[in-house]
Amino acid sequence: MAGVGSACLVVALMTALYAAAASVYGARSRKREFVVSGRRAIYCMAALLIAATALLQSAFLRSDFSLKLVAEGSSTDTPTFYKATAMWATQDGSLLLWALLLSVFTSAVLFLTRNSLREIAPWATAVLGVVAGFFLLLMVGWENPFTTTPGPVPLEGAGLNPLLRHPAMMIHPPMLYTGYVGFSIPFAFAIGALITRSTGADWIRATRRFALVAWTFLGTGILLGALWSYTELGWGGYWAWDPVENASLMPWLTGTAFIHSIMVQEKRGMLKVWNVSLIIGTFVLALVGTFLVRSGILESIHAFGASTIGTQFLVFISAVIVGSALLVVSRLADLQTEARLDSLLSREAFFLLNNLVLVGLALVIFWGTFFPLISEAAGAERSVGPPWFDRMTTPLALALVLLMGIGPVVAWRRITLAGLRRALLVPVAVAAVVLVVLVALTDASGSLPSLAMFCLVAFVLGVVGQEFWRGASARRVITGRGWLRSLSELVGRNRRRHGGYVAHAGIAVLFCGVAASSAFAEQKDVRLSPGESVQSGDYTVTYVRPTATLGRDDAGTGAPISFGAVLEAKGNGKEFILRPRRNYYPTLDASKGAIGRFFEGEATSEVDVRWGLRSDFWTAVRPDISALDGPIREANARFEGASDDVQATVIAFLVERYRTDPPPATFRTIVSPLVSWIWIGGAIVLLGALVAVWPAPEARVRRVRSLYSARLGKDLSEA
Amino acid sequence: MDPSRKRKIRLVLALSVAVLLASALVYTTFTASTEASTPSELMASAEPGRSYELTGKVVEDSVKRDGEGLRFAVRDRDGTASVPVVYEGVVPDPFRDGREVIVSGELEGGRFVAERDSLITKCPSKFTDDEKI
Repeated sequence: MAGVGSACLVVALMTALYAAAASVYGARSRKREFVVSGRRAIYCMAALLIAATALLQSAFLRSDFSLKLVAEGSSTDTPTFYKATAMWATQDGSLLLWALLLSVFTSAVLFLTRNSLREIAPWATAVLGVVAGFFLLLMVGWENPFTTTPGPVPLEGAGLNPLLRHPAMMIHPPMLYTGYVGFSIPFAFAIGALITRSTGADWIRATRRFALVAWTFLGTGILLGALWSYTELGWGGYWAWDPVENASLMPWLTGTAFIHSIMVQEKRGMLKVWNVSLIIGTFVLALVGTFLVRSGILESIHAFGASTIGTQFLVFISAVIVGSALLVVSRLADLQTEARLDSLLSREAFFLLNNLVLVGLALVIFWGTFFPLISEAAGAERSVGPPWFDRMTTPLALALVLLMGIGPVVAWRRITLAGLRRALLVPVAVAAVVLVVLVALTDASGSLPSLAMFCLVAFVLGVVGQEFWRGASARRVITGRGWLRSLSELVGRNRRRHGGYVAHAGIAVLFCGVAASSAFAEQKDVRLSPGESVQSGDYTVTYVRPTATLGRDDAGTGAPISFGAVLEAKGNGKEFILRPRRNYYPTLDASKGAIGRFFEGEATSEVDVRWGLRSDFWTAVRPDISALDGPIREANARFEGASDDVQATVIAFLVERYRTDPPPATFRTIVSPLVSWIWIGGAIVLLGALVAVWPAPEARVRRVRSLYSARLGKDLSEA
Repeated sequence: MDPSRKRKIRLVLALSVAVLLASALVYTTFTASTEASTPSELMASAEPGRSYELTGKVVEDSVKRDGEGLRFAVRDRDGTASVPVVYEGVVPDPFRDGREVIVSGELEGGRFVAERDSLITKCPSKFTDDEKI
């Protein structure tokens, strides 16, 4: 088992290196068969990694504790759903996931480009082979997921970290990694284009869809992480500017800049140096993100324990940076722009501005995240907290949303001031109306940045709505068909553009949720006895009674014991019940005693949220079980060697005792306005991205191609 | 003005704005940041009224509930020097004896008075090899 898995990895490593070598040799000597062989080696590597992953997954599902990884990251009482996800909760397993996704993505792109890009593709294959080789080397050399447990095979494993037992955790890491990995495809093709000096827009056309897919996955992964934080971590927020969170946001920001600025190169042949630099930067940031989680160099709640592979990552990242930079510098002559900026009032200028803001955001976040390291080098270690990040990013975010509104209505090359006025009249009016309504009817003016954000969001939605309206009505006039038909035809004719508009609307909605929930949330921490009430926002919350269950496991996370509370909230003409809980996981630590180990292991909050479009009511409870300490100690002494049945009865008695004689418990309640719109906005962005990525039907592609060739023939005959 | 001269002026302008923004960023970070400190460093050289970020491990059996708040002691990661902490606010799930924590606050009369909600607990390393060392 373990032997087969390790062998898969070793052979995959050799295959990756062979793919790289064969492709380079084939490209240099113009021997096509070696290029083909290199490509097939990548397919073979993907197959090997799929086999290795299947082996590891089956070991997790069968609770095969002879594998060290399984013994440390799973247990027989871990629910099956979480056994299947335990692989990427571990360091070595997540490396395997990275390599697997990379090999699958690489195979897909090489298959799709097998008959095109003959110059660039072999070099891209080599780059991707080396990247995959690096990850495989890490596994083969230092962090082999198939390492066997030393000594006798344990009967029970340590179990999956309870904090990771949440549905979002099932998909969050694969999404994030798909995003990271996806950006390596355009990166590899950019390097290939640089090496072969074919610096037109071909490499962009071949990989832009991959960039968009990567961007979508990374964004979804980040949002799922935020949702996990909101519903699992028990502090009630969705973003803490934690280094690991920042690490995933940075490549997303530069990736966002990239998917915008490549349009300028496709249309106008400009920004070539900028585009290759952006994709190199994005790939490096993706590597940094992967590295940061493992290195232990920054304090973070999410990080894996201190690791052995930090140095290797650092060496690889440095090599990528230095190699890419040298390559770009040596190709500067080939990266000459084909056009100049005609006017600052042009779409390309606005793309450039939005790029500057996005990269500026990424730089600010980078600086803040790495400040502990930077300041340590300059003397004493210092760090900045969330208030600093909030202060620094707010103006940039506002500028970004403003540009997001203006950009789409500005024409390529130049737009006259009169034209701009015509295009922005309605959206500005919408924003003004929203401003007046908010100031007159709500207390939104309490936070000026939020108020500004609401108006800008209205502005963006106005722009997007107007674009769809104008386009659809024009089509309706031409074709005489109904609204819906015209709208769907409009989108179908230029999916990328209209998908982009939908994504803009989604981001605007998301920012609306962020602005409202970060400025106007009302939070309360109280200690209540049963029967007592507290005022939270517009609601009166009463602690009705405690709950204590044994073996019920309502959350499906595998915790035997759960203490909680029944809360009743009244207000705003509504009345509802909330049941926040805290789950207790047994520990294998023998010093806690036979009974105590069920109460003194890990415990996690199971918050209860009343979701709403206007506001969420969020609650968490921290039961005080110190009153049970005495009885637990006594039970430990008396029932040490007792049979399982007797121990179960004793535990049931202790659990029941909390319910019948409850001490005061600590509660946190949060009334958070519009927070749901963050997730709704995310879903809208996802929809827009799908529209943009979805391939046009084959027939249309052929028609467009034949149109192009007809036009080309005409141009040639005229020339 | 000829276009290349105009471009040059634009470039210089843009670069100076960038440098200006960057220096503002550097300046605000240094003024807004807090110094990280271990218990022994804190006891040796803390200035009153200045905010520090205390890092270390929670001393075994030192966690006591105190009304709404919490009292515990934090010791050096590998050492015995410790400092008592008074804390109010949300307690992260993984918080417990022996765990690594980061908490911000000021030293007042030999006690570290923490800012509300500033307690961060590192993920339990029970799930990695290093715990056993």
